[in-house]
Amino acid sequence: MSFKSVQVIWMKELKAYFNSPIAYIITSLFLALSGLSFALSITGRFPEASMRGFLFGPIGPIGAFFLIVLIAPLLTMRLFAEEQKLGTLELLLTAPLRDIEIVLGKFFAALSLLTAMFCLTLYFPLLLYWFGDPDLLPILTGYLGLFLMGAMGISVGLFSSSLTSNQIVSAVVATATLLLLWLSNVTSTLGDGELPWASLVRFLAMSEHVRDMAYGVIDSRDIVYFISLTAFFLFLTVRAVETRRWK
Amino acid sequence: MIEAKNLTKFYGDYPAIENVSFTAEDGEVIGFLGPNGAGKTTTMRILTGFTPATSGTAVIAGYDIQSNSLEARGSIGYLPETVPLYTDMTVREYLKFMGSLKKMDGKKIQSRIGDVVDLCRLEEYADSMIGKLSKGYRQRVGIAQAILHEPPVLVLDEPTIGIDPRQVVETRQIIKSLGGDHTVILSTHILPEVSMICDRVLIIDQGQIVAMDKTENLSSKLGDVTQIIMNVQGPATEITRVIEQVSGVKNVSFTDAGGHNQFIIECDPAEDLRTELTRLTVEHGWGLEEIRTGGLSLEDIFLRLTTSEETEK
Repeated sequence: MSFKSVQVIWMKELKAYFNSPIAYIITSLFLALSGLSFALSITGRFPEASMRGFLFGPIGPIGAFFLIVLIAPLLTMRLFAEEQKLGTLELLLTAPLRDIEIVLGKFFAALSLLTAMFCLTLYFPLLLYWFGDPDLLPILTGYLGLFLMGAMGISVGLFSSSLTSNQIVSAVVATATLLLLWLSNVTSTLGDGELPWASLVRFLAMSEHVRDMAYGVIDSRDIVYFISLTAFFLFLTVRAVETRRWK
Repeated sequence: MIEAKNLTKFYGDYPAIENVSFTAEDGEVIGFLGPNGAGKTTTMRILTGFTPATSGTAVIAGYDIQSNSLEARGSIGYLPETVPLYTDMTVREYLKFMGSLKKMDGKKIQSRIGDVVDLCRLEEYADSMIGKLSKGYRQRVGIAQAILHEPPVLVLDEPTIGIDPRQVVETRQIIKSLGGDHTVILSTHILPEVSMICDRVLIIDQGQIVAMDKTENLSSKLGDVTQIIMNVQGPATEITRVIEQVSGVKNVSFTDAGGHNQFIIECDPAEDLRTELTRLTVEHGWGLEEIRTGGLSLEDIFLRLTTSEETEK
């Protein structure tokens, strides 16, 4: 695998984001909603100098973590679907590139844009330091959690985009999948938590794995969970692109 | 150089192509001719590495398309049937991206972009958004990206389809000028195009090669008949009888086209019989409404060709 080839696709996709309004719209949406949850969490009745309100949200689940469920599919929906619609996938697949280089290039492009969005929220912790005395560790692990969950969200979205030439279908499938993965921990309370698959289903929930990180705890199980599922969905994407060749 | 050996591709149980074998020498322009669905695109997709063959293989510029896929793909410039363009890029940005996809270095890309923009006459539009270009110019951008990295082999799928006649002529000139430096394979279902551009013709029908020959030989096979179409007012049976007696006439068929007697006369292309036929109608006092030569329709020619080749076998 050559990094140069990955880079060619990566840069092309990054440029494409900023050539269309999509990057600006999604970034504004993310900043507005996460800013709202941050503002609400530090101006409530019992304000605390922490990022937990920003990450998990004071109103329902609408914090930065949950926003990934909504935003990752919007960032990834066009990555393969549009290539298929325009016929340019044929161009990529007949270029001297390996399928995995194409997939990784697109993955890194979406991930770097998402990471840039997270970086735009870095003034929240600065405000906390200005007016209060927050713990550093939960802030760092919180951002690590955002990055890891973002990577997974993008791999799910990328896979969904590789299955269709319709961007809407891609976005809906990815959002539904991520929503299920976010909410699947609630099913463990069904039947008094004694259903045979309850612990597995609970383990698959993203929300369970980011919780500890928001409190400053790094558990290797959480890291392994995100990295292995991200790799799994990227692997599925490569296979899906491969099967495009057979059609 | 291209060497295809027994390429076969099945979609489910349906064979898209079966045992397609051929070779193309350096600098040769080969035309794939066949009706829609004959397997031209499938063959090209296999050669370019877009789709794997069910069995058989091909060697492109010394690289096997299966065991050395990346090198083989790097030796090909490919223009698919639907020209694959990013509509939100300018022509220059697009060519630059294609150059880096083909692993050219930055300096080389810049100088080659200048060359291909000249060659494909895209100067005026080099900085326009591709989405705003007309179909003909998009086709040229497609050709420009195919030749950008100076590949030894060019594969062009229906390069002149859907563009206006003047641009068709220009596009053909561009392709013709590419032969010599490149081995070119192009597919078409427009017969005259083949005789204009190609050195050799490969006729595909229902997934199989039915004929492979030099263009001149093919033209002479086809060229033994031309048609004259006449609309004449007068007694149909007598007119038919008189025309049949003219030397050089091979066959006369009569149709009553909306009250006009239309005669389709197949004759020897060596002599132009129009003068003689006109003289005869005037002599007999019939009303000549129209006289013109007509080529055989593509369907006629194709039918003629495939059936005659089969009987020769």
